[in-house]
Amino acid sequence: MTGRFNIHILFDHWDRFLLGFVHTIESSAIALIGSFILGTIIAVMRISPVKPLNWMGTAYVEFIRNIPLLLVVFFFFLGLPSLGVPLDGFTSGTLGLMVYTASFIAESIRAGIQTVPSGQMEAARATGLTYIQTMLHIVLPQAIKIVLPSISNQFINLVKNSSILAVVAGLDLMYYADLINADTFLPLTVYTLVALFYLILTLPLSLAVQYMERRFSSADH
Amino acid sequence: MDFAGAYSWPNLSFILQGFGMTLLVAALAILFSFILGNILGILRYARILVLSRLLAIMIDLIRNLPLLLIIFFSYIVLPQLGIKLTPFWAAIAGLTLFEGAMISEIVRSGLASVDRGQIEAARSSGLGYIQTMRHIILPQALRRMMPPLVSQFISLLKDTSLAIVISLPEIMHNVQILQGHSPNYIIPALILAALLYFAVNYTLSIIARRLEARRI
Repeated sequence: MTGRFNIHILFDHWDRFLLGFVHTIESSAIALIGSFILGTIIAVMRISPVKPLNWMGTAYVEFIRNIPLLLVVFFFFLGLPSLGVPLDGFTSGTLGLMVYTASFIAESIRAGIQTVPSGQMEAARATGLTYIQTMLHIVLPQAIKIVLPSISNQFINLVKNSSILAVVAGLDLMYYADLINADTFLPLTVYTLVALFYLILTLPLSLAVQYMERRFSSADH
Repeated sequence: MDFAGAYSWPNLSFILQGFGMTLLVAALAILFSFILGNILGILRYARILVLSRLLAIMIDLIRNLPLLLIIFFSYIVLPQLGIKLTPFWAAIAGLTLFEGAMISEIVRSGLASVDRGQIEAARSSGLGYIQTMRHIILPQALRRMMPPLVSQFISLLKDTSLAIVISLPEIMHNVQILQGHSPNYIIPALILAALLYFAVNYTLSIIARRLEARRI
């Protein structure tokens, strides 16, 4: 019966499981760093008094948040090639992840910035720091510390969302799972193993976030 | 970029059909996951001896897995265990399970956010546990749950696109087919799809904001 659980395929196809696992981690890490930087820039744009910047930041967040990740990834994977810029699955998937997650991180950081007392900005400007210097050295560090749990949640979502790479042949865990399944016809085993691989990544992060939330909320009281 | 070609009536109706499927799957999944999420959330809140802890572990496992994997599981693995589902029902099953787990967490924390004093006062005036839940706790909790719930529903609508991997003919699947007809159709098609998603989701979030402002 092809539905039986056969742990041997983990060892028979060890190389492909590992390759997919590594690519999933790679994609998640690159997208995380990229979306963090991009998200910070957009958050600062969103609260900027410069009208065009403010509008662009807001438009970005409102638009990207309301469309599916797959749509963003398709833009990079199918749309750009039609404009003459061919991208492979891994790159377009990671870029899509980055652009998509950045909008959520931007919202988190914006909320954090607005929680930092405005006196900080005023005092910093009064001592001669420019707007950007104040942001970089005074406001953002505090803002990010405040919203660290929320950003970490976004990171967990990002790791789960990295599975979108499978739709564009992005060589991630889900993609290789499909290949291994095609070779072994043991979907129960293959996908249970894949689930375990994902849990190895997401469960520790999830526990870390729960720990952070407990620590931060008790610090307030 | 061929806008005229992409928006010709056959192609346009193909895209709109896809969105119709998206909305249908989303509506059913929202309904089922809401019911499931409430049941699970209340069971977890009630702290029933073994059940609540067991549910907590299962819910945590589901929440930490990619939805794509869960949808794949529903379509490909369940038949091996004897349950054959069409892409339509496999998508709804996977979405219901995942989003139900997410909603159970929203429900649980919504219930937990109601002040204990309310429960104590209700019980001491003679109301039974179920009556307390029905008349005192749930109404207040539901009001607080509204924003994160609508947020989750918006996510659910977007997540229907993941069913593309099991060939559900929803909008992104149809857009991908159009790309096969001509690469010049893809960007206009993507723009239309984005506008459709945006229209529905933005409206939902406005409604949520209005509801939150009114009922507090």
